[in-house]
Amino acid sequence: MAFFIETLLGGLMSGMLYSLVALGFVLIYKASGVFNFAQGAMVLFAALSMARFSEWIPEWLGMDNLFMANLLAIVVSALVMLAVAWLIEYLVLRHLVNQEGATLLMATLGIGYFLDGVGQTIFGSDIYKIDVGMPKEPVMMLESVFEGGILINKEDFVAAFIAAMLVLALTIFFQKTATGRALRAVADDHQAAQSIGIPLGRIWVIVWCVAGLTALVAGIIWGSKLGAQFSLSTVALRALPVVILGGLTSVPGAILGGLIIGVGEKLSEVYLGPYVGGGIEIWFAYMLALVFLLFRPQGLFGEKIIDRV
Amino acid sequence: MNLRKLAIAASVSAIGLSAALVSPAATAAEEQFFPVLAYRTGAYAPNGAPWANGFVDYMKLANVRGGVNGVKMIWEECETAYATDRGVECYERLKAKHGGATAVQPLSTGITFALTEKAPVDKIPVITAGYGRSESQNGAVFGWNFPLVGTYWSGADVLVQHIAKKEGGFDKLKGKKIALVYHDSPYGKEPIALLQERGKMHGFDVSLLPVAHPGVEQKATWLQIRQNKPDYVFLWGWGVMNSTAIKEAQATGYPREKMYGVWWSGAEPDVKDVGEGAKGYSALAMQHGAEPNSKVIKEVLASLHAKGQGTGPKEEVGQVLYMRGLISAMVQTEAVRVAQGRYGKGKRITGEQMRWGLENLNLDQKTLDALGFAGVMRPVHTTCIDHMGSGFARIHTWDGKKWNFSSDWYEADQKVLRPMVMLASAKYASEKKITPRTPEDCKK
Repeated sequence: MAFFIETLLGGLMSGMLYSLVALGFVLIYKASGVFNFAQGAMVLFAALSMARFSEWIPEWLGMDNLFMANLLAIVVSALVMLAVAWLIEYLVLRHLVNQEGATLLMATLGIGYFLDGVGQTIFGSDIYKIDVGMPKEPVMMLESVFEGGILINKEDFVAAFIAAMLVLALTIFFQKTATGRALRAVADDHQAAQSIGIPLGRIWVIVWCVAGLTALVAGIIWGSKLGAQFSLSTVALRALPVVILGGLTSVPGAILGGLIIGVGEKLSEVYLGPYVGGGIEIWFAYMLALVFLLFRPQGLFGEKIIDRV
Repeated sequence: MNLRKLAIAASVSAIGLSAALVSPAATAAEEQFFPVLAYRTGAYAPNGAPWANGFVDYMKLANVRGGVNGVKMIWEECETAYATDRGVECYERLKAKHGGATAVQPLSTGITFALTEKAPVDKIPVITAGYGRSESQNGAVFGWNFPLVGTYWSGADVLVQHIAKKEGGFDKLKGKKIALVYHDSPYGKEPIALLQERGKMHGFDVSLLPVAHPGVEQKATWLQIRQNKPDYVFLWGWGVMNSTAIKEAQATGYPREKMYGVWWSGAEPDVKDVGEGAKGYSALAMQHGAEPNSKVIKEVLASLHAKGQGTGPKEEVGQVLYMRGLISAMVQTEAVRVAQGRYGKGKRITGEQMRWGLENLNLDQKTLDALGFAGVMRPVHTTCIDHMGSGFARIHTWDGKKWNFSSDWYEADQKVLRPMVMLASAKYASEKKITPRTPEDCKK
């Protein structure tokens, strides 16, 4: 029983981290109708920026304070991500207003490859450390209830908490602010939104900036866990089944989807894996999402699309 | 003559002049071409780049030393990103350049599998120092594969010998549990046969835990380890999978002192961002470890990096994977020397002649010492039938800041390996309808 609970908790915490990346997809799609394939590359770019600036800034300024170095690196990386967001809007998206969804999708694919390459060119392709003081050692709980207790990964726990706070903040932003409502209006219909005076260009810059900052949070957390390195861009692939399951337009859907995928893949790997040779968790997540689509094509919380003839 | 005609005339003259200066006939006798299949981008770049830097630096050093009897090494690098399809594409693109490739080193078991059938057709030896197919040690069947210095079976065998020594003898392994956490690829699967064979011999249990590429998601794997409580964990990872495994071991409280990696899981990129968390973790050293004080490294620094001609960062010179690349280039350079001894000193050799050189490699301690490898590696002696040449290894352990040797030399037990090699290679020969080479064929 204790092992099942450990696996379940491990899955839930992994799921929260997937949600963090899935949020980037949802934000952009919700506000611009674009499925942003560059989200993983943005996470990588942000993580590399954070890792290298936290290394370079103390060298440049001759300081020895880890907290200050990290704080400055976060500020610089946030500025970098805002600049990236602005450049994406200015150089690419502005020229694709009112184009087909497939065109925009391909554009984000291109942006993704570009960011992958240029990120490694500027910051290097090694594994870089992000040390923001996340606890690494595990903690044992409920030792009096279960023999041997239940192991909790403190780092995952802290990461899941940060992710939950970010989700809460974004939900409030989308539901309770004028900018949030404008973002939703743009997502519904570009032309209609423009016709009532919503500045499309500015809205897109805002949403890409928010997605960029979300990528920075995800990059710092994932980078602290795995090191800032190329494979972080593939973490986005883990978030795809999450958005399929949760629905592309729903922030709560991204969270619930993440939790279901996280738990599903961990339980499947641990309990089904040994019967089929193991290594199944990646494709199992996709299979789970596909099965779900058969019954609910719009995802858990996605908006049902009805075309009237 | 107007400006346009002048430009055309100048271009034609320039092409003609450069063709005259660098014609194949003029250069073929003096240069020996080696394709460099490297990966400096992608998920495995942190491990691929130092290898490539060491590999290229040794060829530069060989040229500084005057080449092989005056024949200079030339090379061209092609980025594979550790992808089999791109590796094959690189091979096809480069194999006929500069008069033909002398040998190829793919640095990927997947690419090696793909090239194994191409090599006999193109007559280009495939050198896989410390990787590739373990059964390709048998040169009678795998006439063009050279897993020089070690195979995964020899590595796994040394690991079992080491833990047996720790436990107090092979008989003490009975009832023990070993978990193999491996990259779910041809590379990661290689040691399974040997471990299962040794498990049958000594009565220990081997549990298999595959990790999907690139290896960043291992939580479920380590939860299983926590549940099963194996006595030892063997790690057969590559790239970011290694550091992730050590971090997960830390997160689940598995003692790093009971973790042993293969030589591709025991370099600086695997542990440096884990730091103190990796303290106590050990790995195989494929003969060498980090060798910053070796004579050859001092020569590389003085002859190349001090003059701004080195490859990659200076700090990396002498690290584990840099050394692996350096040694891989050294064995091929020495094979060229051996081949020249038979086919003509100071002459360019063909791929077929290179095979002869590789099959008659005799790097004794005196030669190794003279090349600057004293204390770095032990002698390598190949034959037409034995394409591995030696199976020595040591264990090194990470102390939180650097790798230190923590064992004496071991040698893979050929009494265990040889029957497995013969069986697997006979099966391969039967499947591919290969007639094994006889001692008479070897003399040719």
